[in-house]
Amino acid sequence: MVNINELEAKAKIIRADVIKSLAEAGSGHLGGSLGLSDVFVSLYFHILSHKPSKPDWENRDRLILSIGHVAPVFYASLAHAGYFPVSELMTLRKLGSRLQGHPGKEHGLPGIELSAGSLGQGLSVAVGLALGAKADKKTWRVYSIHGDGELQEGSIWEAAMSAAHYKLDNLTALVDRNNVQIDGKTSDVMEIEPLADKWKAFGWNVLHCNGNNIKEIIQTYEKAKMHKGSPSVIIAKTKMGKGVKSIEADYTWHGKPPKIEQVESFLKELE
Amino acid sequence: MKKYTYTEKKDTRSGFGAGLYELGKNNPNVVALCADLTGSLKMNEFANEFPDRFFQAGIAEANMIGVASGLSIGGKIPFAGTFANFATGRVYDQIRQVVAYSDKNVKICASHAGITLGEDGATHQIMEDIGLMKMLPNMTVINTCDYNQTKAATMAIADFVGPVYLRFGRPKVPNFTLPDQKFEIGKAILLNEGSDVTIIATGHLVWKAIEACEILEEKGISAEIINIHTIKPLDKKAVLESVKKTKCVVTAEEHMMNGGLGDSIAQLLALEMPTPLEMVAVDDKFGESGTPDELMKKYGIDTLDVVAAAEKVVGRVVR
Ligand SMILES: [Mg+2]
Repeated sequence: MVNINELEAKAKIIRADVIKSLAEAGSGHLGGSLGLSDVFVSLYFHILSHKPSKPDWENRDRLILSIGHVAPVFYASLAHAGYFPVSELMTLRKLGSRLQGHPGKEHGLPGIELSAGSLGQGLSVAVGLALGAKADKKTWRVYSIHGDGELQEGSIWEAAMSAAHYKLDNLTALVDRNNVQIDGKTSDVMEIEPLADKWKAFGWNVLHCNGNNIKEIIQTYEKAKMHKGSPSVIIAKTKMGKGVKSIEADYTWHGKPPKIEQVESFLKELE
Repeated sequence: MKKYTYTEKKDTRSGFGAGLYELGKNNPNVVALCADLTGSLKMNEFANEFPDRFFQAGIAEANMIGVASGLSIGGKIPFAGTFANFATGRVYDQIRQVVAYSDKNVKICASHAGITLGEDGATHQIMEDIGLMKMLPNMTVINTCDYNQTKAATMAIADFVGPVYLRFGRPKVPNFTLPDQKFEIGKAILLNEGSDVTIIATGHLVWKAIEACEILEEKGISAEIINIHTIKPLDKKAVLESVKKTKCVVTAEEHMMNGGLGDSIAQLLALEMPTPLEMVAVDDKFGESGTPDELMKKYGIDTLDVVAAAEKVVGRVVR
């Protein structure tokens, strides 16, 4: 049985490490990392079948992070799951670190399947994984995480088309629907609505949840797991900056870190 | 020299198709993808015989490269095929990020490379692809010269772990290398020993270099011919050893001068053994419609261009 309180506590710890590691780095993307903390906790501490002590375990579920800029929450989740020491989080973005600004496979950090940063490419890789798993009748599942602004990349829709064509019900994509991107609101920059209809038209099973509610996230992932015959996408409504009230939903926090002197008050806001 | 003959002209892409089919029979991890050009890439035999291991990507090359990357994470050895133009320039960032920087075991198989694609014209004739691919860290770049070599290379790259760009072409060309040859990635092949000039050729220009060598012999010039099929990593030792002897070099390729084999050789020589060099390559222009033979002549990458370059470079040597 899943203990939601425990997971919520975990999410707090991870948010705190996101704030601290970004402040220490002096650059990076705070807003999206905080907004996705609940999704990452749900995945790494409940949904994913994985073995942090054996990152290359053959039957692991595969998670493809398509939006590499939320690396801080990805790294914090991996560290707290046991892939590498939590202390290493403080090397984020430093010369020689395994924690690159955007995840880089060749720098040797365990738990990374793919280098990611240039948007719109992760869904194709997830499709390839799901396709191979199906061909070999493997039971492991494939998860991918996308931004809402990222859906403006055309290659996402090439991948979406192919996932439905190959009936990849072993794939669950999640869209971080926070309604903002670097230049402002997605509806101002480039409208992506009607989003659910788009995915439906491409042949996907579309699910919705509050992406800042761990219980809902987990229930929705479980629903996706039960669905047969087509891939599932979860449109998860999140708040950029979630957890730190003073910056919530403020898109100017997409691409900047907290200042060292802000850390204390931000951490206090998490409580 | 009359050392090399052939009984048949065959297209290098058919060598790829044959090699892929062999892999299908012998290596269960090999899978193939194609972006709606299965017939052109000669992948039909594989697709028909191993339908569970062939994935049609549709006209969506960016997705195909990503899917190939994903298949490799699951332990497959994906061979992704399309025209060279769409296999490189169109999807450069995909290759850069999810193949090269992610160091995935993906084989990018590019047909109809260069100007000999012919009548379809410049939109489809990429002559920048070697440059694009060789600039990527982790990427191995191979350009084969005939049917047999392409078949052997296709099979060899399945046993090599890492990203590979395999480049071949459309037209039927002399098939003169040995069937069932052993293909060694990164190893130059000495086709003819000579003393006056080293001709380093890749792809379709290898046969042209052989023809040129015969003409040069009649003119009293002894040419050494090296076939570089692997442009990266470059067999520096083979090049330097030959050049030490001949003191001058001609490079020959169906590619832009910028970024091609000649550019790699020039870099090597400038750094290690400054030597007179002439390049037979296309000089900073797009192609046009025509037959392969007409185009090679017009764009200065034919037998007589190799001959002229050799005579010129021999004249530049201070002996
Ligand atoms: Mg967003």
